[in-house]
Amino acid sequence: MKFAIQINEGPYQHQASDSAYHFTKAVLEKGHEVMRVFFYHDGVYNASRLTTPPQDDRHIVNRWAELAEQHDLDMVVCVAAAQRRGVVDEGEAKRNGKDATNIHPRFRISGLGQLVEAAIQSDRLVVFGD
Amino acid sequence: MSEVVKKFCYLNRKAPYGTIYAWESLEVVLIGAAFDQDVTLVFVDDGVYQLTKAQDTTAVGMKNFSPTYRTLGDYEVKHIFVDRESLQARGLNADDLVQVAWEDWETGEERENIVEVVDAGRVTEIIEASDVVFSF
Repeated sequence: MKFAIQINEGPYQHQASDSAYHFTKAVLEKGHEVMRVFFYHDGVYNASRLTTPPQDDRHIVNRWAELAEQHDLDMVVCVAAAQRRGVVDEGEAKRNGKDATNIHPRFRISGLGQLVEAAIQSDRLVVFGD
Repeated sequence: MSEVVKKFCYLNRKAPYGTIYAWESLEVVLIGAAFDQDVTLVFVDDGVYQLTKAQDTTAVGMKNFSPTYRTLGDYEVKHIFVDRESLQARGLNADDLVQVAWEDWETGEERENIVEVVDAGRVTEIIEASDVVFSF
């Protein structure tokens, strides 16, 4: 089956990203396809490479990045939600005159059309959040 | 834009200004219009407040995005359903809600108001009949 995943909450504050990670990992291990993971609302914070949790806790951002690396996952951060919350890549920094970037290189910033397209092309869109 | 046409259901469950879910849900609806899908919006629980008339956000200093709902007929939204029990529990009725007009540009078919108040059973059927449920 072809899955698309939507994550609506930030890391650590809420379990949504953890649940989505475990779900994504499980379906991939069962041989299913995950065609996109889309980060929306505060979920965009899951893409900050500046995240520094205590050493004895899980690193949610790096964990997503490693899973993406292993399975060539397409991890997309919503541009409108990211702009509001200060999640920035080089293109966005240039466009909006910002002096820094903070996105992890395994994620990419793109539009909401990527979410709608994922909903159309997948067999199941699974949403994690409140 | 897409040859596949799916039944999209946007399930709106939250009040408009306490959290950003309502506004960012609306942004998906507006962008999604370009994909020419079969779009239905459902409002339940505190989500019914999103459609109320005469919203005034001056005192909280937030953008009042409620006028956007009235234009949804121009964004490929064909049906808007509101859960009756959720309205009643909050002391509201259909007269408290904005009207949303709809027109099919190709056939010229028009409807003055596509907002419909329905029972919970109908809400369940609508969700069941959908291919995709965006839950906000």
